Amino acid sequence: MTSEKKSINDSMEDEVRLMKGNEAIAHAAIRYGVDGYFGYPITPQSEILETLEAEMPWETTGMVVLQAESEVAAINMVYGGAATGKAVMTSSSSPGVSLMQEGFSYIAAGELPALVVNVMRGGPGLGTIHPSQADYFQSVKGGGHGDYHFIVLAPASVQEMADFVGLGFDLAFKYRTPALILADGIVGQMMEKVVLPPFRPRRTEEEIRRQCPWAVTGKTADRKQNVMTTLELDSYKMEENNERYQRTYKEICRNEVRYQEYMTEDAEYLFVAFGSIARICQKCIENAREQGIKIGLLRPITLWPFAYDRLGELSKQVKGMLVVELNAGQMIEDVRLSLKRDIPVRHFGRMGGIVPNPSEVLEAFKREFIQEK
Amino acid sequence: MKEEIIIAGFGGQGVLSMGKILAYAGLMENLEVTWMPSYGPEQRGGTANVTVILSDSAVSSPVLDTYDTAVILNQQSMDKFEGSVKKGGTLIYDPYGINRLPERTDINIFKVEAMEATFDMASSKTYNMIVLGALLAIRPLVSVESVMSALKKTLPARHHHLLEVNSEAIHKGIEIGEKAKKDGIVKK
Repeated sequence: MTSEKKSINDSMEDEVRLMKGNEAIAHAAIRYGVDGYFGYPITPQSEILETLEAEMPWETTGMVVLQAESEVAAINMVYGGAATGKAVMTSSSSPGVSLMQEGFSYIAAGELPALVVNVMRGGPGLGTIHPSQADYFQSVKGGGHGDYHFIVLAPASVQEMADFVGLGFDLAFKYRTPALILADGIVGQMMEKVVLPPFRPRRTEEEIRRQCPWAVTGKTADRKQNVMTTLELDSYKMEENNERYQRTYKEICRNEVRYQEYMTEDAEYLFVAFGSIARICQKCIENAREQGIKIGLLRPITLWPFAYDRLGELSKQVKGMLVVELNAGQMIEDVRLSLKRDIPVRHFGRMGGIVPNPSEVLEAFKREFIQEK
Repeated sequence: MKEEIIIAGFGGQGVLSMGKILAYAGLMENLEVTWMPSYGPEQRGGTANVTVILSDSAVSSPVLDTYDTAVILNQQSMDKFEGSVKKGGTLIYDPYGINRLPERTDINIFKVEAMEATFDMASSKTYNMIVLGALLAIRPLVSVESVMSALKKTLPARHHHLLEVNSEAIHKGIEIGEKAKKDGIVKK
C-alpha cells in the first residue's frame, strides 16, 4: 500500500490528468484544504470515499476522512464539524441523501457553511444505481423541513466536479449557507481531462477564529460563549431568525446566479438542461443545426439560485422550450415560472436510471415542435 | 479529428481498461478525451461496454447512439451495436464466440482473431491489449508510443514488471490487425 501512495509533491504537479468525476471531487477536496470528510459508501459515488482513503490525506494535510456508520451519522458529523468553523463535507447518492435531510435542515438553520455532494441515481426508493436527476425538487425546494435553501451547483464535466468543490466551500463560507453539488451517475463515473486546483494549506485554528467569529471554538475572556442551537422556543425570535435567513437568500439570488449558454444568439428554440444531460443536448443541437433547425441551450449551473431572469429574456426570443431532464418533469416548473411571454414549454425525460441518447432527444423535440405544425 | 468509439464485450475481458488506456494515450497526444463506462453489475460477468471519444475540440455528449468505430467482442454486443456504426465507419470483431456474423454492407468490417492469439500468450489477461493493438493497426488513432506511456502511467508501480508482456501483446495485436487489413474488408 505504502509504495503505491503518492507523496504530496507528486500530486503538486500542475499536469492534466485523466480521472473520474468522483475521483476529481476527492482530489479537489484535499487540495482545497478541507478539514474533514464524513461519509458512507453508496454507488455511484463510492470512489469519492475510496479515493480519499487511498490518498490518505491525514498523513499529509491532516484532513480527517471517516467512514461513518450511516448517512445519518455522517451528516451530523458534518453539522458538528461545521459548527466549529471547520471546512467539512459529505457525499452520498439519492437514498443516502434522503436519510440526511433532517441534518440539512439543522445545518441551514444553524447558518453553517458545509458541502454536500449528491451523485444522483434512479429512484424513488432504493431504486437503481444508474444516472438520474430526480432529486431536483429535493435539492432546490427543500427536502428537509422549514424555509431553507442550499446553494445548488450542477456540474456537467469532470473539470467542474473538481472546480465546484472550491466554489461550493467559498460560497458556503461567504454566505454561511451550505452548498450542494448535485451531480449524476454519468459525470461521477466518466473520465475526462482535468486540471486540479492548486494546493492550499488547511486554515489554522487562529485563522478559523478570525474568519468565523460565530464558530464554537472555545470561549475566550473577551467574548460571550458561542452557542450553536437550532431550537428557539420564542416564536418572535424564530421569525427574526427566518427573516435573517431570507435576507441572505435574497442576496445570494442577487449575486450568485450562474448559467451557461450554447448557440443561443440565433436560436429559434431552446433546450434547458442541467448537468451531463446538457452535454447530450449540445450534441443534439450540433445534429439539429446540420438539418437547419436552430436550437440553443441554456444550462443552469446554479439550480438554486435559478436563472429566472435570463430564461425570461430568452422566452421573448424563442418559439418554444424543451426541458430535458432525467426525471418526470421537475426543473420545468422553474422554467415555466421564468417566462415573460406565453410560449410552449415541453418536457422530455427518461426515468429510473435510463439515459436518452442525442437522437432520442432530437426526435422528442421534433415531435413537440416541428411535426405538430 | 474526432473519433467516437464503442468497445463492447463481456465483463472481465478488460474492455474498460482497454478504453482507459486508449483515452490516456489520447490525453498524451493533447486530444480532448471522454471515457464513459457502463457501470454496475456487468463487472461481474455480464456485458460491459465503454464509449471513448478522442477529439481535437471539446467533447459534447459522453453518451452516443452512433459510432465511427465499434470493437465488438461477444455476440450480445454484436446484436446491440452493429446497427449503430456510422455509414462508412469501422466494425472490428473477434470471431471467438460469435455465431452470427455482421451483415452490414455499408461499413468496413474487420475480423480480428485476438482470443485465438491469446492462447499462445504467457497470460490470458493480455487479451485486451491484443485487441487494442489490432485496433491501432486498423485505426491508427494514437501512436503505439503514447499507448505504451499510457500503460506505464496507469499501471501501478508494483505491476510495472507486466509492461513487457503487455507490450508484446500490443505488438502481437498490431500483427493481427495488419493481417486483417491485408485480408481485406469482410464481405457478407
